[in-house]
Amino acid sequence: MSDVLVYVLHYEGAFNKNSLGAVSEGAARAAEIGGEAHAVVVGGPDLTDDLVKTLGAYGAKKVFRAKGAEGLAQPVIDVMDKVITENGQRYAIFGGGLLGFEIGAGLAARKQAGVTMEVTAVRAEGSELVAERPILGDSQISVSHYRGDLGIIIGRINAFETRQTGGEAEIVDVDVEYSPWSGQAEMVTRGEQRGADVDIEGADILVAGGRGLGKPEGFELAEALAAAFGGNSAVAATRAVVDAGWYPYAAQIGQTGKTVSPKLYLAAGISGAIQHKVGMQSSENIVAINKDANAPIFEFADLGIVGDLNKILPKLTEAIKAKKGA
Amino acid sequence: MKICVLVKEVPDAAVEKRINPSTGRMDRSGEKNLNPYDTHAIEAAMQLREGGAVQVDEIVAVTMGPESAVRALHKAVSLGADRSLHLTDEALAGSDVAATGYALAKALAHEAPDLVLLGQQSDDGECYTIGAVVADHLKMPSLTQVIKLDIEDGALRLERQAEYGYDTVKVRFPAVISVGDAINEPRYPSLKAIMGAKKKPLETLDAAGVGIDTSLVGGEGSRVQCAEFHAPPAKASGQIIEDENTDETVEKIVAWLDERKLI
Repeated sequence: MSDVLVYVLHYEGAFNKNSLGAVSEGAARAAEIGGEAHAVVVGGPDLTDDLVKTLGAYGAKKVFRAKGAEGLAQPVIDVMDKVITENGQRYAIFGGGLLGFEIGAGLAARKQAGVTMEVTAVRAEGSELVAERPILGDSQISVSHYRGDLGIIIGRINAFETRQTGGEAEIVDVDVEYSPWSGQAEMVTRGEQRGADVDIEGADILVAGGRGLGKPEGFELAEALAAAFGGNSAVAATRAVVDAGWYPYAAQIGQTGKTVSPKLYLAAGISGAIQHKVGMQSSENIVAINKDANAPIFEFADLGIVGDLNKILPKLTEAIKAKKGA
Repeated sequence: MKICVLVKEVPDAAVEKRINPSTGRMDRSGEKNLNPYDTHAIEAAMQLREGGAVQVDEIVAVTMGPESAVRALHKAVSLGADRSLHLTDEALAGSDVAATGYALAKALAHEAPDLVLLGQQSDDGECYTIGAVVADHLKMPSLTQVIKLDIEDGALRLERQAEYGYDTVKVRFPAVISVGDAINEPRYPSLKAIMGAKKKPLETLDAAGVGIDTSLVGGEGSRVQCAEFHAPPAKASGQIIEDENTDETVEKIVAWLDERKLI
């Protein structure tokens, strides 16, 4: 048995795109090691038979469905523990995102399993799966081989593409006795949107601001520059400044935010941490302005400017206005 | 209430990190800083104590690592921890994230805390995951990447950003919580606190001292083997301009954008 179990996150009756990618990846890799992909879902009445069966199209042969609290890691760990104990899947795959990290790591503790996170590729080697993970600021790839009965693979966001191969999934309802500490956490509100609703996914030109803007008012420089470009341009932000309340959540790029690929991505005062990079690295042209010459963003920017934003942005705005007016 | 704060020594951001080719492990010789995220965890503990909604009797900094890791504990104490615990043993070297979490959980169980706080990530790899590993071993709930932490009706009221927006979660003690850097502004230690840090109690324990099964830790006990490394596909490096004359710099940027028909 070389089956692969994939956790599928859902919210308000829709499955998460990264989870669906993980199902596709799990199905493709399981086939190479002579197994099947199984999915596991945990939630309430919105997990209808009709919805759950759609996972078959992504390659899941079985879907284990348990009733339980949504948006929290511990109940899912309990469910996956039980499913793996009873069915013997050899690998567990997560599509990334915050819950994937928490569940995968907790499951590793529960099952004495190896875990690799930020995985960008999974390969079959004989009857085993190995996971590739970029490390040291993506300057090297580390290859994980697993020992023991279970290997846990937590994907980097957008690492696994969704593929609809068609197929039917059998639904298996699982009755789980949750561990006492699972009940210690309780969701009060989930998925709250903070700040104005802005559309950054459709923009051709994005001016993105990070902590290097110095203060919330620093975004005025970014907004002025975006306005100078005109047309289909918008302002985006990093998680650090969104969490700090400088800019709306809807404008956030990266691991827990949006993934964009505009024609031009101009990063102002953004260091370029991996969690940000995964949301914008497929942009056609990346320009970075940062005063720290060692900022990781210069390693993947097409044009990097080491300098003071407060001097450069206003002059750049004027120059672009002049150029457009010419 | 007893709060344990997990801390870690990390490389200076300016030191180039590399893998030691003979061991396949990270070369940690350049390490000397307290992980910046951990300072937010200590500050969160201090604010709980000062907030008065719960009585915090003790804040204990806990780390695992070689002798040099004591420096991280001294820094943690200078930022407000009352004392510290250093888990150190040759047998722990080369532990993967699951084995490290198991060992740390054993050290924490020795202290029996009501709350474990830690920074949500470290610069050197074990992103986001160590808290969740520790929590399951301790049979406690865990929440990571928390940016707001309050006490309400004797329980934690936590906020964080998850896949679909901001979540607010209530968690009853005991619990393991990792915090993000937006949660607070860590204070600077006073000169007196820095000078006094080395005089605060520091307990050193080995694997046997906290009941670690050494067959489950170290390179041999780890379930993930990472002995193989290769380079990622090469990406053409971009052009870098050092801004010395801003008018000229801007002219160059505009020309670059214009060439690509982006204006």
